[in-house]
Amino acid sequence: MGVNAMALPRSRWWRRLSVIELYLWAFRLAVVLVVVWGVVGTVRAARYSGEVWLDFVVFGFSQGAIYALIALGYTMVYGILRMINFAHGDIFMVGAYTAYYAARALDQRGIFNSRPLLSLALILVVAMVVSMVTALLVERVAYRPLRRAPRLVPLISAIGASFFLEYAVRGLYGSGFQAYPEFNVFKGEWVLFGVGILRTQAVVIVSALILMAALYLFVMRTKTGTAMRSVAEDMEVAALMGINVDRIIVITFAIGGAAAGAAGILYALVFKQVHFFMGFYPGIKAFTAAVLGGIGNIPGALLGGVALGLIESVAPILVLDGLGIVAPYQLKDVTAFIMLVMVLIFRPSGILGERLATKKA
Amino acid sequence: MKRLQIPVALTIAVLLVAAFLAPLAPAATVGPVTDPIGVVRINRGQPITIASWLVIAGPDASLGVDSNRGIEIAIADKGRVLGFPIRLIKEDSGCNAEGGVAAATKIAANKAVVAAIGSSCSSEAVPGAPILWKAGIVTVSPSNTAPKLTDPKRGPDYDGYLRTAHNDLVQGKVAAEFARKSLKVSRAATIHDGSPYAEGLANAFADNFKKLGGTITAQEAIAPTDTDMRPVLTKIAAGKPELLYFPIFIAAGGFVVRQAKEVAGFANVKLMSADGTFSPDFRKAAGDAVVGVYNSSPDLSPAVLGPGYAKFLEKHQKRYGEKPLSAFHPHAYDAAMMIFAAIEKVGKKDAAGNLYIGRKALRDALFATKNFKGLTGTLTCNQFGDCADPKIAVYVSVSADPAKWNPGTDPKKIYP
Amino acid sequence: MSTRSPLRHAVRIGLLWGTGALFISLVGLIEALQQRQIVTGIVSGGHTILLVLILAAGLSLARPLTAVGAGVRLGAAALAGVIAALPVALWLLLSRVVNFRAMIVGATPELYTILSLGRGPAVLPWLLLGGALLAAVGMALTMLPREAQSLATTGLVTLLIIGLLQEQVQLILQAPWLTRIREALFTFDGLTPLGAVIVVALSAGVSSLWHRQRPRARARLAQWPPARRRWLQVGGFAAAVALILLLPLFVGPFFSQVLVLVGLYTLMGMGLNLEVGFAGLLDIGFVAFWAIGAYTVGLLTSSSPQAIAHLSWWTATLIAAVVSLISGFLFGLPILGIRGDYLAIATLGFGEIIRLLVLSDFLRPWLGGSQGVLGIPKPVLFGFEFRGPEQLFFITIGASAIVAFVAARLRDSRLGRAWMAMREDEDVAQAMGINTVNIKLLAYGIGAVFAGVSGAIFAVMVGSVFPHSFSVLVSINVLALIIVGGMGSLPGVVVGSLALVGLPELLREFSDYRFLVYGAVLMVMMILRPEGLWPAAAQRRELHEEVAAVPEREAVEMLPGSDG
Repeated sequence: MGVNAMALPRSRWWRRLSVIELYLWAFRLAVVLVVVWGVVGTVRAARYSGEVWLDFVVFGFSQGAIYALIALGYTMVYGILRMINFAHGDIFMVGAYTAYYAARALDQRGIFNSRPLLSLALILVVAMVVSMVTALLVERVAYRPLRRAPRLVPLISAIGASFFLEYAVRGLYGSGFQAYPEFNVFKGEWVLFGVGILRTQAVVIVSALILMAALYLFVMRTKTGTAMRSVAEDMEVAALMGINVDRIIVITFAIGGAAAGAAGILYALVFKQVHFFMGFYPGIKAFTAAVLGGIGNIPGALLGGVALGLIESVAPILVLDGLGIVAPYQLKDVTAFIMLVMVLIFRPSGILGERLATKKA
Repeated sequence: MKRLQIPVALTIAVLLVAAFLAPLAPAATVGPVTDPIGVVRINRGQPITIASWLVIAGPDASLGVDSNRGIEIAIADKGRVLGFPIRLIKEDSGCNAEGGVAAATKIAANKAVVAAIGSSCSSEAVPGAPILWKAGIVTVSPSNTAPKLTDPKRGPDYDGYLRTAHNDLVQGKVAAEFARKSLKVSRAATIHDGSPYAEGLANAFADNFKKLGGTITAQEAIAPTDTDMRPVLTKIAAGKPELLYFPIFIAAGGFVVRQAKEVAGFANVKLMSADGTFSPDFRKAAGDAVVGVYNSSPDLSPAVLGPGYAKFLEKHQKRYGEKPLSAFHPHAYDAAMMIFAAIEKVGKKDAAGNLYIGRKALRDALFATKNFKGLTGTLTCNQFGDCADPKIAVYVSVSADPAKWNPGTDPKKIYP
Repeated sequence: MSTRSPLRHAVRIGLLWGTGALFISLVGLIEALQQRQIVTGIVSGGHTILLVLILAAGLSLARPLTAVGAGVRLGAAALAGVIAALPVALWLLLSRVVNFRAMIVGATPELYTILSLGRGPAVLPWLLLGGALLAAVGMALTMLPREAQSLATTGLVTLLIIGLLQEQVQLILQAPWLTRIREALFTFDGLTPLGAVIVVALSAGVSSLWHRQRPRARARLAQWPPARRRWLQVGGFAAAVALILLLPLFVGPFFSQVLVLVGLYTLMGMGLNLEVGFAGLLDIGFVAFWAIGAYTVGLLTSSSPQAIAHLSWWTATLIAAVVSLISGFLFGLPILGIRGDYLAIATLGFGEIIRLLVLSDFLRPWLGGSQGVLGIPKPVLFGFEFRGPEQLFFITIGASAIVAFVAARLRDSRLGRAWMAMREDEDVAQAMGINTVNIKLLAYGIGAVFAGVSGAIFAVMVGSVFPHSFSVLVSINVLALIIVGGMGSLPGVVVGSLALVGLPELLREFSDYRFLVYGAVLMVMMILRPEGLWPAAAQRRELHEEVAAVPEREAVEMLPGSDG
């Protein structure tokens, strides 16, 4: 079947595509020109010192680390089930929000700041467990009955699950927001190599890297990880080889959910506020990051997350400001999505390439 | 199919003609009242119906719920109007244009409604108020602050629209005067969040600040869902402002205040927000960093509002078990009381004790409101519906504890 | 499934419904519904929902227990009812020792009053007993003869609907000559007991008539000659059209407004249906074209300073359609090579890009920024002004009819078949000589035109255009409604928008719970009826594996002069 598709008469294809190809090239050229123009404009204006640029990069990295952790769950579930788990952002939210009550209880008893590492471990466990259980519930209720259904059906079910989680939390915990207590340990800056970096940001970046590495080793080196990869490769064959596909899918959701819970705590360390709608946009951004890096690819999720964080932090000021656009940070998502479309045009399978055997995404 | 074309076309034609001939709003004589727009008749023993269209669901719900409570307390205080009980219908307007259309249409469809109170957000009132006025219903807004709604050029569609809230031109002016004259800053930056309210207020501040001889270093914008403000704050810091005015809402405002502490070059920049964040929740959102942050807001200090407001707060506490959620509850109270006073002026009874209220007469009576003693001051309506007695003050937060929230002492009133 | 013992079924189903009852109590839905009197002075909404849940537990036991005797069935149902009442009862007990309110906002004293019927902890045994009785009643219902069953359910369901929508029903009954009826049935708060009896009796009567007369009428019809039957069809169609056109006169402005909104979403749904349902191109950024249509009309007709012309609405809408078509092409071109789920995220990005651009300070001088474009005049035709929703309804219906007709013709054309082929397998379609590039662009372009026209009507409906109206939720809503209605099915789009747009709009006062219910409905729908409420013929065929008789359409197409 693949062979037939490849054997298309190439010449006719080109003749037909000439106008389109021209347009596409013009589009790419235009974007590149605009970017270059903007960068030149910014550099010539020389409004910002080198330290400021470093700050922008650090901000991008810490935001990107959070995106990357949420993107992990997307990427793993997509790799195995070929479905967008639209509710993933809300699984991240449920963990972070529930752990707030644990943090508050610790804070009221004075443990929070007297034993910070223990407290951090505790709320991390709470968030990871709650997110994991939520992910498993969503899988059991909204996805498992639909495994054989056409592609769009699970997507709609996932959208339903997303709304349901958001508004269930709103009903249970209230429509306002809650603010995490602050760890005094993480206030202020550390100076590394002459660059001042906020302690919270350092903690976030390092924790994200550790979690990612652990996960990568798990998938690459353990028996379960091998089973996961084989299910991602071909579910039917894996089942014939004696792999319990259901179990592998459940484990995938559990790991993705736990990673989302951990991301929720890191988010709370940096931003403090939690509310019922906080998962929606980070969820979309994280999916974008997963696609940027190459979906189904764990290092790709890291790379995509960081790339997206950097684009959002640096692009408005580097490109748009130089073009003389007012209030460039209002358009940071525009730059992110245009970058995404550019990546999809240039490299339809993401920066590192998707880890899918067939190209039938 | 061909056979159908003629009957279908005929039906449509007949309908269009019927709709065209349907009279707009008949000048009616009902009982003892003649009115060019229409008359509401309320049978003896039935309640007088007023409707509120405020945002009572979704992320901005605290604003509308707060105003509804002001109306409910006014109804309880008033008891009866001309011997008739008062009934309130509450509609949700969602704080967006289509929500305003839906809520206004629903109220306009209800012929029992005498007058309306709303809307919460200016973007609801723009399409909503004309719909109500076409049905002859006059509406008083407790919290719309967009200048265009009471602009002399607003057009006849808005003939039935008044407000007890201040016009943002006033708040922007007071904030700018405070910055220039009291804080003596000469360079300022603004941030808005893309909402019509924040954008209008940020611009009003910037215009007045420039008029007073100051320099605006940057006018930036964010999205209300943004969490990472560090990049935009870093960009603003490069312009070396002495003050940042961010008239946005609580969540994003909290991020701005917290993260300003973490951005190089923001150490000495003064922070000032507006009434959108004038709430104990803002302290929860911003944490310890809120100490020293300024807020421009309607003046709610007891000294200015008098003893009436203190009594109101007691009733509020008794009835709802918490402090007010937002700043526009006294304005809603006044809006309701103004409407009751106008009904008392124009309502007439027949021999059987039924009540008749002329719609145009009610509208005229409301616009003729003069020296009305309300919670928010002495209200006098101009011909374009601005009734507020705007007292804008500037406050500074003394502590970061939401429980200590008490406008006047903490946040402390420092201007005028 | 059925190998399990009745006991296990009872426990499972009882727990399922019981957890559901506890959940909706804690999210505050019960308390909100309690404000609404279903029958004044007798029963309120919150209690009603709990009663219905326990009844449903009994009803849903009927299917797995078909094989056992009546006594066992009733016993199992009673047990399920007890178990269904348990979570709420336990929660009530626990709440005396644990302070749940510190975390769960909905656990208010008012809720406890509602759940314990204002009687405190003494009520618990009665709760369990009531659960058992109710569930047994639910099971008993399923044992009645079919006609009695349908009478009972019709009566109760109608009572529930009228009770919940009493405000809206009263709005319809405002005309002077209906005042008598209204005052007999309703007070300000809801149905009077007498009104409730009348509603139940009427609906049950109608249902019984329907059941008895339908077979007779059918038999009589079957004896009619075909020509006469044809006339009846034509007459019925004409009557339906007339009824639809007269609707605004009967239902008044509020319902007309809801219908206009349903119409707007139907238009968008038809457009997205071309892309997703016919051509298989997933799109979660469809709101972009809606915005483009609305802004085009706004800029071409309004009195705001941003306006570039003052055309009539009709001209502006034509231009909006062309602009949408072009933007559909331009948007489709760069993403031609993108497939499947990448397409989803790329289109989502496009929708957000458009929203952010119209909101931005950067384009404010031309598009009005967050202050929007104001003062869009109502359409005028031959001196007739489409003033309010009752008049705009005609424009919406007209546009929907035209669009539905175009969509139906497209579906049955060569282009439509090419789309379907591409949906099934893009590579094979290409190998068969279909120019996938062109037909993709056409799908985007034509879909965009439908959405643009919808946006043009939206702009005059509101009379102003604000960027905040074009959130990603609109795109999600449109996607959900075509799938709930039935992918690739044209009547399905109408059904879907009635269900997902019309109903929530009617129940505005519960808008706090709109998305909670919406989310639950989407999940349940996908599990129970993935093909949608009104599936397309092709999908139905796929599901039933039977080739329908030769479609009549093709036979009709060969006749001359049958172009509608």
